[in-house]
Amino acid sequence: MMTAPAIETDGRADDAGERLFNELIAQDSRIEPRDWMPADYRKALTRQISQHAHSEIIGMQPEANWITRAPSLKRKAVLMAKVQDEAGHGLYLYSAAETLGTPRDRMTEDLIAGKARYSSIFNYPVLTWADIGAIGWLVDGAAICNQVPLCRASYGPYGRAMVRICKEESFHQRQGFEILLELANGTPEQRAMAQDAVGRWYAPSLMMFGPPDEDSPNSQKSMEWNIKRFSNDELRSRFVGMLVEQVRALGLELPDKDVRFNEVTGRWEHGPLDWNEFKEVLAGRGPCNAQRMERRREAHEEGAWVREAATAYAEKQALRNGRAA
Amino acid sequence: MTGGSTTGDDGANAPSSGPQESRAPWPLWEVFVRSSRGLSHVHAGSLHAPDAAMAVRNARDLYTRRNEGVSLWVVPAAAIVTSDPDAKDRFFESPQGKDYRHATYYTKSEGVKHL
Repeated sequence: MMTAPAIETDGRADDAGERLFNELIAQDSRIEPRDWMPADYRKALTRQISQHAHSEIIGMQPEANWITRAPSLKRKAVLMAKVQDEAGHGLYLYSAAETLGTPRDRMTEDLIAGKARYSSIFNYPVLTWADIGAIGWLVDGAAICNQVPLCRASYGPYGRAMVRICKEESFHQRQGFEILLELANGTPEQRAMAQDAVGRWYAPSLMMFGPPDEDSPNSQKSMEWNIKRFSNDELRSRFVGMLVEQVRALGLELPDKDVRFNEVTGRWEHGPLDWNEFKEVLAGRGPCNAQRMERRREAHEEGAWVREAATAYAEKQALRNGRAA
Repeated sequence: MTGGSTTGDDGANAPSSGPQESRAPWPLWEVFVRSSRGLSHVHAGSLHAPDAAMAVRNARDLYTRRNEGVSLWVVPAAAIVTSDPDAKDRFFESPQGKDYRHATYYTKSEGVKHL
């Protein structure tokens, strides 16, 4: 499947490579693309990074749908910049995933063929302008919470991509918060719209951290490899704590009566989440899965002539310059 | 020395894409950004593009959306020659134990100013 470096097929080199890999992980150092790495490490990273890339690309859709309906020229410009950032983030991540040996085009094909996963959050509908605010505040907020520790992921290219992404992502969350703040201080209808959006996006954004620790079999290995630094529940609890503060500034309410700080564990707790819904959405049966996939496929097919033209032009120029491409 | 890019993909032998499109994958380019005058170009990342002109344009869109640069270099990843990562101990052995190449090696002058 993957173009593994020749060294992996050499038994003796494997031993030395494995020793070095284990040493580097123990020292909390970084693994780089040309280093020997266990096949499972390569596979887990390829899966995680490509899914992450797909999420950025699919994540452009729910927001791009609102560019024409954004309430002012400023909001349109901001939203376009955000959607453009998501495209950029997808590309940084595809580059990082590619260093593990899977060609870019294959990742695109897997997504289009429905063989690859992406974050379940993007399969929820964006019903009102306030949803754009809630997405920025809650969805990007959860993403940042998840991504900041990934800047220290043991795989060099992934960590570097995450550093770049996190720097850019903070504007996303703030612009969302600002949208909600303005609505919350607007007319009663606008205020109700903001509260409704927060009500609908709260639970799905909490589920973005993944299943509870006891149902997350991959987490343990990922933490041993220094890819993940904190467990799903740890990050989720940290996120809830941040929301409690922030929702006060908005003057809105979280749709969760069970939020409380547990003095004994030192963690924030929240009410029950519907993990069946999470599984259903992940399995492709969420409200917008089919629509998102269809739109991605269309964009790919409708863009084919552009890619072909660019290739043809490059070939022609290369011939004209007397250099073989 | 071995060929191949700084990101580890030598870009040479990726199989062509699947049933939908038969075009060969676009080559991989490494992107270097100069953040301001007086500084060197620093590796920012990589991208795929059919030719150099498109690579420069894509690099602008991808790596300088927030005034990160005043100048860009794009280099075909396949053209980058690297040291052999498997021989790094031998290859970089020479400076080992030669602390006298650093100013901190010389401690007797401690307390003497402007030295």
